[in-house]
Amino acid sequence: MSYLRIRDLSVVLRGTRHRLLRDVSLDVSATEVMGLVGESGAGKSMIGKAVLGILPRSARIVSGSIELDGVDLLTLPPRKRRTLVGRKAALIPQDPLTALNPARRIEPQITDRLVDILGWDRARARTRAAEILHDVHIPQPDRVLRAYPHELSGGMRQRVLIASAFAAEPRLIVADEPTTALDVTVQKQILKLIFEMQARHETALLFVTHDLGVVSKICQRLTVLYGGLVMEEAEVGAFFDAPQHPYSRALLAATPRHTDPDADLTPVPDAVIAEARRAVAEADLRWHT
Amino acid sequence: MSDLYRVEDLRLSLPDMTRKPLFGAAPRIEILKGMSFTIPKGQVLGIVGGSGSGKSTLGRALVRLLEPTGGRVTFDGTDLTHLPEPALRPLRHRFQMIFQDPMSSLNPRMSVARIIAAPLSLHGRPNPREGALEALERVGLPRSFGARFPHELSGGQRQRIGIARAIALRPDFILADEIVSGLDVSSQAQVLSILRNLVREMNLTLAFISHDLSVIRRLCDRVLVLHQGEIVEDAACEALFAAPQAAYTRELLEAIPEPDPKKPWFERAS
Repeated sequence: MSYLRIRDLSVVLRGTRHRLLRDVSLDVSATEVMGLVGESGAGKSMIGKAVLGILPRSARIVSGSIELDGVDLLTLPPRKRRTLVGRKAALIPQDPLTALNPARRIEPQITDRLVDILGWDRARARTRAAEILHDVHIPQPDRVLRAYPHELSGGMRQRVLIASAFAAEPRLIVADEPTTALDVTVQKQILKLIFEMQARHETALLFVTHDLGVVSKICQRLTVLYGGLVMEEAEVGAFFDAPQHPYSRALLAATPRHTDPDADLTPVPDAVIAEARRAVAEADLRWHT
Repeated sequence: MSDLYRVEDLRLSLPDMTRKPLFGAAPRIEILKGMSFTIPKGQVLGIVGGSGSGKSTLGRALVRLLEPTGGRVTFDGTDLTHLPEPALRPLRHRFQMIFQDPMSSLNPRMSVARIIAAPLSLHGRPNPREGALEALERVGLPRSFGARFPHELSGGQRQRIGIARAIALRPDFILADEIVSGLDVSSQAQVLSILRNLVREMNLTLAFISHDLSVIRRLCDRVLVLHQGEIVEDAACEALFAAPQAAYTRELLEAIPEPDPKKPWFERAS
């Protein structure tokens, strides 16, 4: 039984017929880690944003459904949808620097959602914030709660955002390239932490990334996108043994393998790109008629 | 093989503006804490380290965008360490740089041809436009791209413009500072293979700065690993991957997620 169920989701650039997502269907079960992979512009972040209802104004959902825990979000009135999504889902954003308000202390940035969405009082929210900061291995949580974002290192800020995402005990976490701004050594710690939190809180996790290496380490299944169209959906084990779609194969061949002295990096061949574009064009032809 | 660069006990400190008192000088932080190495002609040297390790500062000291505060940097027999700008100017065409972010290092109001021709006209080369179009061809882009503007190009194409600008002057040395870190894997593979070919064809010496060891194995002959302003390992590329000596190098290597679910990376918590 899938916790998140997306069917034939299409998103267009507002005011045009140009689709950014093309009939995307995907399922994530209650405790599953699903990787969303693709190059920039493939629409991988767009899916996460559509689920959370935070699409940019320039994008508009035109068809399809997004069911979260059996409720179709797109048929709900905006206010109801916001409350529901706020209770059941949360985001770990990409850039820890811009995601935190530089002029506010950490505490209200974690507790606001607990007060607004769950209706807790400030004292209870504060206790929870300290507790969750402790869970993400932040030493001296009380000091960090009083700190401003600029007083914390990049890795520390990302920990705060992870804590904040898990604070309200959501059932689905969308992680949007949470480690691209970080060093490899810090990246490993942060991924380990996200994975540990996901397992402990038994949430579903939608992990958006361009790095197949990361997917192979933390996901159970993955969906490969090109041009807003799903190219392949597979179990991680099977995928890395033998990717089925030519585009997936080419993407994997372009990913560095540092332990293999003979592995060369091959750019995605033009023929494969042409084929992927053709698939996109065919999907559009069906959609427009 | 003679050395193009000789670096002896290179030190560099910068004022720490976050701790500057209202009056008086800011305390200085030591960024490079005495580095010595050489770069032989024709070698591709990888410079690797985490953020704050001093790799970009080192690069900038090599091409004298920053002035060292101690030690010596010698380029093909000339001491660059404290050379004043007027004396540096005639040498600058021999060492060029490719920047990390092509969006901010390419002028959005200039056409590609003008961007690449700019250093050629600055150094008084004849027929800069023709030189620019030739450089475009060398990075595998058609001459017609000369009429385009940076916003019309993809990330990988923009980075190739950055490369074209750096090679247009036919320099001896190129510094590439994290030039693939913002790119998709496919463009990354393409940029790396273009760079590798150019090194061979144009007999270039290259310093390639990266925070990611995984991209340099196929490109570099030798690798310097930096940590907190010091060289912790200086080894031939294959030796480094086969048997890393420094603990920090091993940490860097182990942190790379290789695309293979069968190789353990960290213990799954569940």
